[in-house]
Amino acid sequence: MSEATATSAKTKGKLAIYWAASCGGCEISILAIDEKILDVGNAFDIVMFPCGADGKVRDVEQMPDGAIDVCLFNGGIRTSEQEYMAQLMRRKSKVLVAFGSCASEGCIPGLGNMSDRKQIFDTVYKEGSSTYPVNPKDERPQAETKMPEGTLHLPIFYDTLKTLDQTVDVDYYLPGCPPEAENIWKAIVAILEGKLPPKGSTIGVNTTVCDECKRTRHEKKIKKFHRTWQIIPNEEECLLEQGLLCCGLATRAGCGSLCPQVNSPCIGCHGPNDGVEDFGARLMSAMASVIDSNDPEEIDGIIKDGIPDPVGTFYRFSLAKSLLRRKNKAAIAN
Amino acid sequence: MNRISIDPITRLEGHGKIDIFLDDAGDVENVYLQIPELRGFEEFCVGRPAEDMPNLTARICGVCPEAHHLAATKALDDLFHVDPPPTAKKLRELFYSIFYATDHTTHFYALGGPDFVVGPTAPVAQRNILGVIAKVGMDVAGKVLKMRRDGHELIKMMGGRRVHPNWGLPGGVSRGIDEEQRREIEARGREAVEFAKFSLQVFQDLVLKNGDYVKLITGDIYVHRTYNMGTVDENNRVNFYDGKIRVVGPDGKEHAKYHARDYRDYVAERVEPWSYLKFPYLKKVGWKGFVDGVDSGVYKATPLSRLNAADGMATPLAQAEYEKFYETLGGKPVHHTLATHWARLIELLYAAEHWVELAADPEITGSEYRILPTKTPTEGVGSVEAPRGTLTHHYATDERGILTKVNLIVGTTNNNAPISMSVKKAAQSLIRKGKAVNEGLLNMVEMAFRAYDPCFGCATHSLPGRMPLEIVLRDWQGNVVQRFSQFLR
Repeated sequence: MSEATATSAKTKGKLAIYWAASCGGCEISILAIDEKILDVGNAFDIVMFPCGADGKVRDVEQMPDGAIDVCLFNGGIRTSEQEYMAQLMRRKSKVLVAFGSCASEGCIPGLGNMSDRKQIFDTVYKEGSSTYPVNPKDERPQAETKMPEGTLHLPIFYDTLKTLDQTVDVDYYLPGCPPEAENIWKAIVAILEGKLPPKGSTIGVNTTVCDECKRTRHEKKIKKFHRTWQIIPNEEECLLEQGLLCCGLATRAGCGSLCPQVNSPCIGCHGPNDGVEDFGARLMSAMASVIDSNDPEEIDGIIKDGIPDPVGTFYRFSLAKSLLRRKNKAAIAN
Repeated sequence: MNRISIDPITRLEGHGKIDIFLDDAGDVENVYLQIPELRGFEEFCVGRPAEDMPNLTARICGVCPEAHHLAATKALDDLFHVDPPPTAKKLRELFYSIFYATDHTTHFYALGGPDFVVGPTAPVAQRNILGVIAKVGMDVAGKVLKMRRDGHELIKMMGGRRVHPNWGLPGGVSRGIDEEQRREIEARGREAVEFAKFSLQVFQDLVLKNGDYVKLITGDIYVHRTYNMGTVDENNRVNFYDGKIRVVGPDGKEHAKYHARDYRDYVAERVEPWSYLKFPYLKKVGWKGFVDGVDSGVYKATPLSRLNAADGMATPLAQAEYEKFYETLGGKPVHHTLATHWARLIELLYAAEHWVELAADPEITGSEYRILPTKTPTEGVGSVEAPRGTLTHHYATDERGILTKVNLIVGTTNNNAPISMSVKKAAQSLIRKGKAVNEGLLNMVEMAFRAYDPCFGCATHSLPGRMPLEIVLRDWQGNVVQRFSQFLR
């Protein structure tokens, strides 16, 4: 345990960890700091950690505003219940951290913003290969259902998934899907030592995955983008130079360039560096700059063949956060 | 009409809620397990390149991303009509065995185990992993932490990351392993076998030698005579990664054995307006409501179900334990839900033994761990046994491999109806004439669904192995009559 951790242990702070529309991977990553979790326990009273400790919502509701020192909040906001929890945790916490890709950018569930509630419900409950045609009454989940014994309630599922900062004011961001355990520990130490960057910052380095990648690099000149199943790349050279759409050149470092180490392109889960407003646009312009052609028709062909799904490729993790945010609802209706 | 709401606080206000209704006499009329969350992967994955699915669907569950990653990868094999080389298949299965051993360890020591090792009637403050350590010895904590850490590090070594690997491709995997890595994996695997044997010995000494615990396991409160589902190899032995899906009836007779590709002929999903999670059932038997028996299509897909659906285990030590299991519990099939914990340990041993077998296989370091698909993608189904049930991914694409249709039946979802039924039965046994039993009820109800290790957003993945619960008993006007709780501040 560091000296600062030991000092803070004397005056225990209050820590909350909460999850909204997420997968639980952030929690597994927190637990992967292994025995250091005991240091966290020494420094903080954990007032809420749905995956790991006691504490319930009613207790938090009864606390004075600002009673929690730090809240690590993961998951996006998709339902009325998650929205309520975001507002509650904001009110009760001095420092609110958007923890991981879902809370920061919307992550993969944010791709749901290409559809709306009706489309999602129709696909899941009506047209799913194993529900249709065995849903004779064409049932959909309802916010309120009257059963013989009484009324049952479900939270409202919204048309749009929002990031945490589109719902409440956020103090800091921790990137990654999920954040790597080493970076979680670094962030916790920064909090304990009071060495936090200015409000609104992303806690992490401000370089790119390429800077951490050990592959050899030359001048990038791409004549053709390949899908991952179309070529077997060698393990020495830059994956992008071999024609694979590796997001490393525009993605924030800090993971240690893990995916390229197993011969897979970076998929951009760490999001953009500081000052980038729209990660997808940044990725797109980075890719455009390595295309080796000045002929508009040829460029069109290179993009069409190699990048058949620009939204899912460039906005894989960041659609909800982007300037686009979602597909136009009127366009869906038509 | 009275109502009791049980909120599993660990994932309350997010991922699971139980409402118990009492009739006028104060007996349990009905129980509803509600899952208040949906993300809609089947919808928003449409339009994406198929090869993204192992990475996209891993984000369905951060506890078992390896299961989704591999089910998706196998669906891609089928979709692209490519048969991966032997080294690729073995690498995937090795990776999956490591994952299984890691995941089952977490469940037994942190979640399910405390009920038995410390005891279901022990003070609640001791019924957690710290209580397990106190009873079994301090070095257990070290062993459990090491097992988890080793597992995660090897998963990262092979698949790229501890959580959400980036490795599976149609026709193989993105990178193989070298001899140095192989030696490391094999050495850790041998330790895992010892750890699994130790865990079964713990169960033997502390649970099976205790008459009260055995009575609890074999008692009526936790019995449900449903169908059982699991994946089996060509000799009808349990397999996690590949084989055919086999379903046996409440009497143990084979109901069906099919390739995952034909899953729609055997499984259908029911929609209820009061839950976002669907209720799968056996199509040929039909949906008869939340009841067990041979005429009800309700089935279970758990470690216990996999043992029931198979004829044995494919490794020697696990096979010996399998035989002892059925000898002790009076033959096949076993319908005692709490025996799932024992079954999970037998699977842990099988996973560890198979991990060593595969790590020692001469082909495992082969250079042909990937071949390129050459045919046009059309439609594909892939399935694996996730720790929490049979996991099925089904995709269709256009000729460019862009997804046009996605259907998923996720592990825990299989058990949506049985979990509701187990909770109802426990509640019915304990709540009579409106008189609730305080701590006993709470723990008994908790044990009813903890045996399934449900992953409604990881409801039971509590580090300290205790699930804070609150039961609120209200009268017909909604006034709180009684409130019981445990582990709440």
